[in-house]
Amino acid sequence: MYVSFLALHIPDGFLSTEIAIVGWILVVPILAYALRQTKRHLGERQVPFLGVIAAFIFAAQAINFPVAAGTSGHLLGGALAAILLGPWAATVIMVAVIVIQALLFQDGGLVVMGWNIINMGVITSFTGYAAYIFIKRLMGNRSGSHLSGAFFGAWLSVVVASLATAIQLAFSGTVPLRLALPAMASVHILIGVGEAIITVGAVSLLLVLRPELLTSGEMAPGKKGAYFTVGGILLVLFVAALSPFASMNPDGLEAVAAQGGFLQLGENPVYEIFPDYVFPLIQNEAVATFLAVGVGAMIVFVISILIGRRAARPQGVPK
Amino acid sequence: MHFNLADQYHHRESIVHGLNPRVKVLGVVLYIFAVGLLPEGEWLGFLLYFLFLIISYQLSGLEFFFVLRRSLIALPFLLAAFAIPFTTPGDEWMKLPIIGWTITETGAIRFASIVIRAWLAVQAAVVLISTTRIPDLFWSLSALGMPSILVSTINFMYRYLFVLADEVLRMLRARSARSPRLPHKPKPPVLWEGRVAGSMVGSLFIRSIERSERVYSAMLSRGFDGRVLVKRKFKMKQTDWIIMVAVIAFVFMSQGLIHLR
Amino acid sequence: MHHTIEVLNLRFTYPDGRIALHKIDFVIAPGEKAALVGPNGAGKSTLILHLNGILMGEGEVKVCGLSLAKENLGQARASVGLVFQDPDDQLFSMSVFDDVAFGPMYMGLSMDEVRLRVEKALEAVGMEGFEGRVSHHLSGGEKKRIAIATVLAMEPEILVLDEPTAGLDPRSRRRLINLLKELPMTMLVSTHDIPMVAELFPRMITIDEGRIVGDGPTKEYLQDQAFLVGHGLETAVPW
Ligand SMILES: Nc1ncnc2c1ncn2[C@@H]1O[C@H](COP(=O)(O)OP(=O)(O)OP(=O)(O)O)[C@@H](O)[C@H]1O
Ligand SMILES: [Mg+2]
Repeated sequence: MYVSFLALHIPDGFLSTEIAIVGWILVVPILAYALRQTKRHLGERQVPFLGVIAAFIFAAQAINFPVAAGTSGHLLGGALAAILLGPWAATVIMVAVIVIQALLFQDGGLVVMGWNIINMGVITSFTGYAAYIFIKRLMGNRSGSHLSGAFFGAWLSVVVASLATAIQLAFSGTVPLRLALPAMASVHILIGVGEAIITVGAVSLLLVLRPELLTSGEMAPGKKGAYFTVGGILLVLFVAALSPFASMNPDGLEAVAAQGGFLQLGENPVYEIFPDYVFPLIQNEAVATFLAVGVGAMIVFVISILIGRRAARPQGVPK
Repeated sequence: MHFNLADQYHHRESIVHGLNPRVKVLGVVLYIFAVGLLPEGEWLGFLLYFLFLIISYQLSGLEFFFVLRRSLIALPFLLAAFAIPFTTPGDEWMKLPIIGWTITETGAIRFASIVIRAWLAVQAAVVLISTTRIPDLFWSLSALGMPSILVSTINFMYRYLFVLADEVLRMLRARSARSPRLPHKPKPPVLWEGRVAGSMVGSLFIRSIERSERVYSAMLSRGFDGRVLVKRKFKMKQTDWIIMVAVIAFVFMSQGLIHLR
Repeated sequence: MHHTIEVLNLRFTYPDGRIALHKIDFVIAPGEKAALVGPNGAGKSTLILHLNGILMGEGEVKVCGLSLAKENLGQARASVGLVFQDPDDQLFSMSVFDDVAFGPMYMGLSMDEVRLRVEKALEAVGMEGFEGRVSHHLSGGEKKRIAIATVLAMEPEILVLDEPTAGLDPRSRRRLINLLKELPMTMLVSTHDIPMVAELFPRMITIDEGRIVGDGPTKEYLQDQAFLVGHGLETAVPW
């Protein structure tokens, strides 16, 4: 039995055809470049190595832990793969995982697969990796820095991927941005914590048993471009969220309004579930969500540093 | 661990089973594409495309209920669509009792259309996976232009998916076997449980890395030199051409009819 | 061609610093069948991985008279058939056919020749008709036999097996022993199956903690109770 746990696999039908095509146009060159990088780095070992590790990510997604009231924490794995193998190899691995899930288990669509690859493959790998090496550099070579980086990177990877998904849904006219963005963000801020906990657990085990694996992830190609790529991703997301197209409805608001039956939708109680104005003075949901995520990120960042500090204290773990 | 990969259908024989896998993949992608182009509220169009699926079930000997069960996988994502009926501008259609949310007519139509499109698309994908042996499916990916390195990576992943999923299953079993829940005793803290799950992931990773090294050795010892040798070949038969033309004709004619009407 | 295995002064250290082989020396003559025994962690698998250059330590390893250096690896790998301890490592393809055909394909044989080799190899291990099966869905013993077929298909001059009878039921074990008895190649087999050693291998090489502690006629060593106990090889025979 195969069960989908993660709310990021977009099925076919949820994105407009134009948007779906744009996703593929973006993915093809990225993937070609990722394959070139991994081939240069891994050589003929590449195929069995990436194949087995992709199977590992797929299997690891089934490892969960109970959180509360029947919910459980799960792993998406993009950030972990990137921490251990570098962002390019992680991208290729996540592509294999996403292809298998879509093709064999219908988890995630075929025509929209371009975006699923970007969200769950490219974005998670690069944000996870960039945040990880950023914290590592910040904290220096103390042993807890891996854990801090892993925690923050894993959390951020899931949250940014969810923002991207929301924006794609909005651009497709499926769900309005003012709803999709805060909804996706608020759910994934929590899911991200589960991701972060599992990732830290994995990294701390590796730190004890096979520390050289972590070093090899840091030596993998992609370090130079990672900050740049993530900066780019965040900028594009922000601009996209602010663009008038994101909140455009396919029918065009005027047409409906002209019919005279326009409801005061803003007063529909649905909107009250997601407080319109996270920050009272900011009346734009996109900006407000980004701010909220930013504040959340700062909190998680501080927690991450504390986790690393605490773990760095000797606890009598036999080496 | 056993995944239901529709293996029970792979060994049947039918026109659809016998098709060149490339034709099937292309046909399914084209179909999903076309479903995406059906306008909202185009009920007749949806029905037409559903009939097309029914015909393919008939041709391939698939049971409708099997496909139905498989197609439920996309359900969780409906959460993302739940707000549509309430947030799309339009005339009021109905008000939910008690909570007082208003559903608009356009919203209801859009919601239904998205759900139907997603559902039709998943069904088409289920037909593909149920009538095509997995190696042939992967072969068709390379025949359609996916880089051979990626195709072999996916092949490897598929092979070790089962091995590693079995390992996970054994680990999870071992964990539950040692996780008694005693009444009146507190549960272990969430963070601790998370760490345990993380350690499982970590040790699975070590085993996977070691496994990949051994597999690579086993390949080397049998002469592997980095080249990917593709063995399978499928010729396009007459039926392949006929079905391909039929699918393309169906898609173009139906879309033409619907959009030009 | 002389199908010998020569190991001279071999020493190997794993990257984590563990010295797995200290000073290994032996020669196996063409057509000779030798068993490699020793307790868990003695270094048997490590030694075996040197015999076609997957691991390379200090010292010299020669197979068929060829020294195992980078430029000879291709040739050496075609002449040494190596079967790994875990058949899941060996069976990495989608189907049994693909797996058995893998080595012959890389030897550059024609498709017809490959097919013939696969057929013969599967027949030798008694697994005819399994070509289309998916490797993962086979039983442990079936996997083991297919794993052996994958190297038989390459028609190697030397056969090296790592614990071939582990996990086999008595009948499969018996078939395997009979198969090994019939095969004419030079053979080095690592195993914990002492009764098989007694039946099949005139020569027994014992290693412990990375060193050869005994090398000679199986009969003599199996009668030396002190030796067997000293290296964790004694087997109680309760029947
Ligand atoms: N990849 C590795 N890295 C570090 N040490 C290793 C590695 N593989 C094996 N070792 C160590 O080298 C020693 C020899 O291991 P080897 O696998 O050769 O033993 P073996 O004789 O085959 O044992 P068994 O009967 O259990 O199969 C052991 O102490 C083992 O812990
Ligand atoms: Mg061994």
